[in-house]
Amino acid sequence: MIPNLQSLHIKQMTITLAGEALLAMHCDIAPGEVLTVMGPSGSGKSTLLAYLAGFLSPAFQAQGELYLGDKRLDTLPAEQRGIGLLFQDPMLFPHLSVAGNCRFGLPHRANDKRQQVAQALNQVGLAGFENRDPATLSGGQQARVALMRLLLSQPRAVLLDEPFSKLDTALRQEMRTLVFGQLREAGLPTLLVTHDEADANAAGGPIIALG
Amino acid sequence: MVLLPAFGYLPVLGADTFHLEAWQDLWAHAGLHRSVLLSYFSGLITALVALFIVVLFLAASQGTWIDRAIRRMVSPLLAIPHAAVAFGLAFLIAPSGLLVRWASPGLTGWERPPDLLIVNDPFGLALMAGLILKEVPFLLLMSLAALPQLRPEQRVTLARSLGYAPGIAWLKCVFPALYPLIRLPVYAVIAYATSVVDMALILGPTLPPTLSVSVLTWFNDPDLSRRFMASAGAVLQFGVTLAALLTWWLGEQGIKRLCQRWLANGSRASGATAIAFGGRALLLAVTLLAISALAGLALFSVAGFWRFPDALPGTFTLDHWQRILPGVATPLINTLSVGLAATLIAAVLVVATLEHAARHHLPALRAQWLLYLPLIVPQVAFLFGLVVAVESIAIRPQHALVVAVHLLFVVPYLYLSLSESYRRLDPRWVQVALSLGVPPWRAFWQVRLPLLLTPLLTACAVSLAVSIGQYLPTLLLGGGRVPTITTEAVAMASGGNRRLVAVLALLQALLPFIGFSLALMIPRLVWAKRRQMRGAA
Repeated sequence: MIPNLQSLHIKQMTITLAGEALLAMHCDIAPGEVLTVMGPSGSGKSTLLAYLAGFLSPAFQAQGELYLGDKRLDTLPAEQRGIGLLFQDPMLFPHLSVAGNCRFGLPHRANDKRQQVAQALNQVGLAGFENRDPATLSGGQQARVALMRLLLSQPRAVLLDEPFSKLDTALRQEMRTLVFGQLREAGLPTLLVTHDEADANAAGGPIIALG
Repeated sequence: MVLLPAFGYLPVLGADTFHLEAWQDLWAHAGLHRSVLLSYFSGLITALVALFIVVLFLAASQGTWIDRAIRRMVSPLLAIPHAAVAFGLAFLIAPSGLLVRWASPGLTGWERPPDLLIVNDPFGLALMAGLILKEVPFLLLMSLAALPQLRPEQRVTLARSLGYAPGIAWLKCVFPALYPLIRLPVYAVIAYATSVVDMALILGPTLPPTLSVSVLTWFNDPDLSRRFMASAGAVLQFGVTLAALLTWWLGEQGIKRLCQRWLANGSRASGATAIAFGGRALLLAVTLLAISALAGLALFSVAGFWRFPDALPGTFTLDHWQRILPGVATPLINTLSVGLAATLIAAVLVVATLEHAARHHLPALRAQWLLYLPLIVPQVAFLFGLVVAVESIAIRPQHALVVAVHLLFVVPYLYLSLSESYRRLDPRWVQVALSLGVPPWRAFWQVRLPLLLTPLLTACAVSLAVSIGQYLPTLLLGGGRVPTITTEAVAMASGGNRRLVAVLALLQALLPFIGFSLALMIPRLVWAKRRQMRGAA
C-alpha cells in the first residue's frame, strides 16, 4: 500500500478576473474521497481546475492556499504538484505507442518499467496492447489507458474534468465504476468537475454547486 | 545609413560635407522619370490584377474537385524562385520562344523569329506578367490560410438562403471580412513589385530599366562617385514604394465607400455566371502558364539542335547539364549552406519566441509588425544602407554576413508559417505532460515538438525556399564572393546561352522542391505506425 495518504486542503480560495470575483471555495478532500463540483458551463469550473493544477492564466488573480497534507502546493509549478488530470478526451499522445504513453508518466528512476506497464494494462483488461497505436483503440480502451497512465505517474491527488461526458451511455457506467474504484483503492483525494448528476451520484462523495 | 551618402556624406570616399549634388545628378539622369513611373505602375497594376484573379477564383470556388485540383496545382508554384519563373516565362514568350514556335508557321506564317521586343518590352508588360505569376499563388495561399477563421461556408449558406447566387454571396459576405486579414500580404506584394531586381533584370525593360535596376547599376559602377547617386536613388525608391502603397490605401478607402451601397443593394445574381467562369479560367490560365514556363525550361535544358519554328527540338542532349554541373558545385554548396544555416538559426529563434509566449500565456506579439518590416520596405532601399554600414565598420563580405541578411527575410516567413499551428496546438497536451510530473523542457521536446513536427518541417521548407530565392541580399552582402545558384543564373540573364541558363534556372527551382518533398515525406516515414499523426497535424 502507498504510505501516508494525505488530504487535499483548499483554503480560503477566491479567484478574480479584472477585479470581479469569479468563485470562492474552502474545503478539504480526504484520501480516497471524491468531491464533486457541479455547475453549468461558464460557472468557473475550468478556472478552478486550472488553479488547482497550476495552469491558471495570469489574467486571473487567485488568493488563498492549497495544501496536500502540510505541503503547500499553490506556490509550486504544475509538474511538481503531484496532481494528476483526466480530461473528457483521453489525450493519449498520438506520437507514442500505448506502452510509450504509460511509460511517459512513470517516474524517471522507476524499476521494472516494462513490468509495471504490463501489469497496469493487464489490470484494465488490455494485456498485450503495449505496441498498439493509440489511434487504433476504441474510445473505452483509450480512456482506460489514460487512467492507467495517470495512476502510473503516482499522483498524490487527482482532478477529473468531465471525464465521462464523451463516452456512450453503456460505457459510461462501466468507466465510472472503474475510475472511482481505482482512485479509492489508491487512496487519492479527488476533485470531480461535471454537470451530469449521475456522475456525482456514482462518485458518492460531497457535492458543491457553483454558479 | 543610406540617407547620409544620398546627401553627399560618405567618409570612406573622403566625402564629409553635406550637399545635394547626388540629387541633382539623379534628377538630371536621362530616363529617370520613366524608371520611376515603370516601378510605380508595375507595382500597382500587378497587385491589382493578382488580387483580382485570386478574389474571383475564391468567389467562384465551390469546393468541387476541379477547384481543389486547381488549388493543389497552385501551391507548389509558390516554392519556385522568382528568377526561375522569370526565365521560364522569358523562354515561353520570346520571339523564338515556345509559344511562337507552337503557333508558327501555321497561325502566324512566320518562318523565322519575328523582330519583336516581347521580353524586356519598354512598357514592362513582360515583367508585370512574371510578377503576376508569382503574386497569384502567394495571395491565394495567404487567403486560404486566413479564410477558415471566417467560417466562409456559414456566411455563404446564409446569403444563399436569402437568394444570393454563390459567387455574389461570397463577394458580399466573405470578401469584406477577408480583405483586412490579407492586407499585409497585399502591401508586401506592392512593395516587392515596385522594387524587384532579379525579375526586372530578366524580364524588365532595359532603356531605361526600372528604378531598382538603375540603382543597382549605379551602385556597382566602377566610378565610386556614382555611389552617391545610387544612395539618392535608393531613397527615391523608398519614396516610390511609399507612394504606391499610399495610392493603394487611398484606393481602398475609395472602393470601400463606393461598395457600401453595392453590398446592401439587394442585387443577388447579376454577374454570377461571369464570376463562376472567369474566376476559374483566370487562375487556371495563370497556373498553366507557370507550368508551361517550367516545362519550357526543362525542354531548353536538354535541347540539341532546334530549328525555328519546330515545336520540339530535333535532337536531345545532356551536354548543357554536363557542361555546367562541374562549375556549379561552389554556388550549389553556397546556396545550401547559407539556406540551411539561415533556416536553422531562424527556426531556433522563432520556436524559442513561440514557446516563451505559450508558457507565459502571452498574446500575439505586439511588435509583430516590426518583424514584417523587411517584407514591406523595398530591399534596394535598406540593403544599400546596410552595405554602407557594414563597409564603414570594416566587415568584409562573407558567408556569415549573407546568412545574417537572409535571416531578415527568412525569420518573418518562418514565423508566419509556424505561429498559427503553434498557437492552435491544444494546450491540454502540455498540461497532461506536466501533470504527469514531467518537467517543462521534457514536455517541450517529447510532446510539443513531435506533435508540431509536420508544420515545423513545412515552415523550414518555406524558409529554405525564401533563402534560395534571395538575389539582391546575396549579391550585395556577399560582395560577389558568395555566388549562389540564384546570383549565377541572374548574372547569365543578359548575355547567356539560353540552354545553360535553363539548366541553372531549373536547378534553382529544383532545390526548394526537394525541401518541400522532404518536409512531406519525413513525417510520413517517422509516423508510419501512428495513424493520427499522419492524418491530422
